[in-house]
Amino acid sequence: METAKGERWITWIIKMSGYSSILFVSLILFFLAREGFPALGEVPLKDLFGARWYPIEGYFGIWPLIFGSVLVTVGALLIGIPFGIGTAVYLSELAPAWIKNILKPIIEILAGLPSVVLGFLGIQLAAPFFRQFLNLPTGLTAFTGAVLLGFIAIPTIVSISEDALNTVPSAYRHGALALGANHWQTIWGVTVPAARSGLLTAVMLGVGRSIGETMAVMMVTGNAPVLPSSLNALFLPARTMTATIASEMGEVATGSTHYHVLFFIGIVLFGISLAVNLTASSLALRSRKRAERLLS
Amino acid sequence: MRFIAARRWLIGFMLLLTACSATSGDSTSPSASTYIQNKGSDTIVNLALAWAEAYQTVKPEVRISVTGGGSGTGLTALISGTVDIANASRKIKAEEIQAAKANGIEPVEHVIARDAIAVIVNPENPIGELSLEQIARIYRGEVNNWSELGGEDRPIVRLSRETNSGTHVYFLEEVVRLGDKENKEIFSADTLLLPSSEGIIAEVSENPNAIGYDGLGYVTPEVKMLAVARTADQPYVLPSVESVNNGQYPISRDLYMYTQTGAPQSVLDYLAWILSPDAQQIVTDLGFVPVLNTTAGK
Repeated sequence: METAKGERWITWIIKMSGYSSILFVSLILFFLAREGFPALGEVPLKDLFGARWYPIEGYFGIWPLIFGSVLVTVGALLIGIPFGIGTAVYLSELAPAWIKNILKPIIEILAGLPSVVLGFLGIQLAAPFFRQFLNLPTGLTAFTGAVLLGFIAIPTIVSISEDALNTVPSAYRHGALALGANHWQTIWGVTVPAARSGLLTAVMLGVGRSIGETMAVMMVTGNAPVLPSSLNALFLPARTMTATIASEMGEVATGSTHYHVLFFIGIVLFGISLAVNLTASSLALRSRKRAERLLS
Repeated sequence: MRFIAARRWLIGFMLLLTACSATSGDSTSPSASTYIQNKGSDTIVNLALAWAEAYQTVKPEVRISVTGGGSGTGLTALISGTVDIANASRKIKAEEIQAAKANGIEPVEHVIARDAIAVIVNPENPIGELSLEQIARIYRGEVNNWSELGGEDRPIVRLSRETNSGTHVYFLEEVVRLGDKENKEIFSADTLLLPSSEGIIAEVSENPNAIGYDGLGYVTPEVKMLAVARTADQPYVLPSVESVNNGQYPISRDLYMYTQTGAPQSVLDYLAWILSPDAQQIVTDLGFVPVLNTTAGK
């Protein structure tokens, strides 16, 4: 009787902590909407999606910030995807057990590295190096930010890709080898395509990790709100949405237009993260369905 | 970043002071403590807080409450008689003096510190002096290569503090707009906005293309300060405590505190202490320029 009562309590507490995340997300959403949507009434849409961000003089164009975030994130993926998936393939398909036992904890350490530390390394080492090596006017560019973000996204991509590769039934590999495919042909022709949806999920979560990253990006991208005009923009300074919120929120007057626009940028960011996560989970769902279909 | 951190810390300290005064209020008799209300300029608020904090060790019985809000806010409060000291980063306007006199208040001006901005480049950069006009053209994006100013053939990388910094606003008004209120020019969009003084110093000391600006107190030996002239036909002056104090260096301004005639002795004591070497050391520590006591012995 006592035990049953105790168990009921524990079940209830666990249930509540499960539901609490729903509560928190909806509260955050409510707060974002309440503080951010007034911006639509205060700034004409044409100006809000204008080309110039200079809030202290009433220029609230957020396009340069959206493009800055997209530019840095795409750059990060160009670095993160080959390295991340390559590492995952090596760990799951090629590495001997003892190397795997060393590599995996190291990658986990990389995942736990505070981004401010990476940002510091970026300012002191990466930015001067890229300026001289690529002969750029300044090393504080979207590219430097992308490289750092790539490093931040790699652990996420590696661990999820590796899980995806490990769930590919070993019968696939054996089948391929039995048909005469060599090791490489098996990996690139059978194992990786079979884990494709899981790998896409990994990439999507890497996107989510990169686009929300703030500190490292703020330290190394130069934060100039330039609207990119060509691909060359990757090697010029850029200003991301996250860096804008982080550097300006501290000093802004509560309830002012600038304050509401910063929250509106938060809504845009939230929307992008939501879209990325929804895509990732729908891909994961589709992969499960196909696996079921194949097994039946 | 040092600036913001200092402010947070000081605000924390202010809260602590409030907490202390709340708890100690019961043990000491209330008549033993004097209150000084200090309000105004956001540029000065860190300095005023630091002074108020240090003054606690000099005269623990005096309690000073410091608030920001802007120079205008502080002066309005002085005119309406709700504060003892108004902080202002500009001179009081004629209409404010009139309004004060209409209220039976005679404002008294005290220069309590000076604010100077050094324009800095990499030591490798052969350029050693620029006029305000040239600096303005650089930051507006009209000049994009050092060779246009007689330097090497290098692109110019413009560095600035973030828009929330008082230094940024001051530089915008006095340099980019050359002090012209009607001028609506702003920084070129490709100006790098760095979150800290250290970030600017780090990039300028490493990058020969860069130009930046910073409060004189934050400048380190790894960067080169430029001599600046008001107009091209006037002398080029390097920023220093002396050239700021004698008014020769163009990108500097006086910071003021305003009181009224017949202010209580405690307020006068506080202002006298502010001009003391100890208090002026705090000015230097916070990146401002101390007032040289030219009327020493008075």
